[in-house]
Amino acid sequence: MSGKSKLIQRYTAGDRVNHALLALAFILAGLTGLAFLHPSMFWLSSLFGGGQWTQFLHPLFGVLMFVFFFVAMVKFWKYNLLTGNDFRWLGRLGDVMKNREENLPPVGKYNPGQKLLFWSLVLAMPLLLVSGIALWQPWFAPMFPIGAVRVAGVVHVLSALVLFLGMIVHIYSALFWIKGSTRAMTRGTVTDAWARKHHPLWHREMTSGEKH
Amino acid sequence: MTMQSQDVVKRSATTRPSPSVRHGVEVAKLIDTSTCIGCKACQVACAEWNDLKEEIGDHVGIYENPLDLTANTWTLMRFAEVEPEEYEFDWLIRKDGCLHCGDPGCLQACPAPGAIVKHANGIVDFVSENCVGCGYCIAGCPFDIPRRSAKDNRVYKCTLCSDRVAVGLEPICVKTCPTGCISFGSKEQMKARAQERVGHLKARGYANAGVYDPEGVGGTHVMYVLKHADQPELYEGLPKDPKIATSVALWSGLKPFTAGLMGLAALGAFVHYFAVGPNEVEDEEEETGKTRAAPPASKED
Repeated sequence: MSGKSKLIQRYTAGDRVNHALLALAFILAGLTGLAFLHPSMFWLSSLFGGGQWTQFLHPLFGVLMFVFFFVAMVKFWKYNLLTGNDFRWLGRLGDVMKNREENLPPVGKYNPGQKLLFWSLVLAMPLLLVSGIALWQPWFAPMFPIGAVRVAGVVHVLSALVLFLGMIVHIYSALFWIKGSTRAMTRGTVTDAWARKHHPLWHREMTSGEKH
Repeated sequence: MTMQSQDVVKRSATTRPSPSVRHGVEVAKLIDTSTCIGCKACQVACAEWNDLKEEIGDHVGIYENPLDLTANTWTLMRFAEVEPEEYEFDWLIRKDGCLHCGDPGCLQACPAPGAIVKHANGIVDFVSENCVGCGYCIAGCPFDIPRRSAKDNRVYKCTLCSDRVAVGLEPICVKTCPTGCISFGSKEQMKARAQERVGHLKARGYANAGVYDPEGVGGTHVMYVLKHADQPELYEGLPKDPKIATSVALWSGLKPFTAGLMGLAALGAFVHYFAVGPNEVEDEEEETGKTRAAPPASKED
């Protein structure tokens, strides 16, 4: 059997569109947020028409990001439950980092790194939303006591850090590290060999019907 | 707009020093609450000088008018009927407004470069054209002073008449006060004058009289003489030991740390790409349909 031409469906058109919108909202919310994170990145506000525009747009991008994330979360949470094998995988992060997947316990639809990323987003996204609402001028911040707004500021920065660290790993892995991954989100399919190499249990599941 | 003739010693969201070669004298406004008669001339003069017009509100049966500071009311007379001790009554009047902290919480919280500056003379000024309208200064202030304007999405407060002070005039409230309970000069002069007034009050039987110049915010450039300095809360909630809230310090302190960690993570990914390289599906795997059976003998570790 040749794996060259054989493709396996990984994401539906709906999944891909939602992911693309989520990615776009993340980029926009991220750039507008970075402008206010540190003075060295304030210039990013120029991309959005200045500080006043950036302050207006950031929460809107953030809410969109949350909505698209929520859609993905509802669909994908069940594939991201951690299993016993996953902890063994996480115990061999050295092999993960050095591309030696043959030393790792076989992986299903998502590897434990992807699952942890998923759950870190499940933590960070609602925290960003709630703290962001408390900081949102002029609509919502005046409804909160000043003490709550202050705590929201701390929570917003820390959950943004979790989100960004997760996204750096996610974007690096998908675009640069694990070759052949990107097409899953652009075309919906991956090659048979890619699935067998990176997600053997999922590959077996997806191809068992035709083999037996 | 900042006055080029005034040095800037602190500037919001700015990591390099601002122009600061000139030597300025620290100024201060002293408000002697014991000689204030609550006439509100200062409040009117402030609106007059700064071209502010408060909306006409409702009278609810108390002297405060308007009921709170707003983007159009930068100073407000607050009236408090209190019992400092049992069976004792006092009617306290305090001119509320920005205290121009030595260590301003608003400035620390502000993410917009140059939207809040602290001049060498101690005046903390909002530079409206740089304001982004995020309202973080409102959360940063230990005294609940800044107010956002719905009209232009910018935040306003007392400027200590920085425009007048820059050309050698006293703030307009000082000029207007008919009893002389507001005075203006160098911070040292005002501290000396305050002590004089405190001595006077003590001689009159106010054993707890004192100066309100709280250390927790690095001292202030608007000071009060209080008859009940041991209980500043009596004066419509003047905080006893104000300082920048720990949450505000944490919030602004975490930001550079967060930005640094993000940069490090991105750098880590960059290094990984060149040290280990991408994980590719190799030709043989593609053709044989088998994943490598054994680990490579001499892969770079």
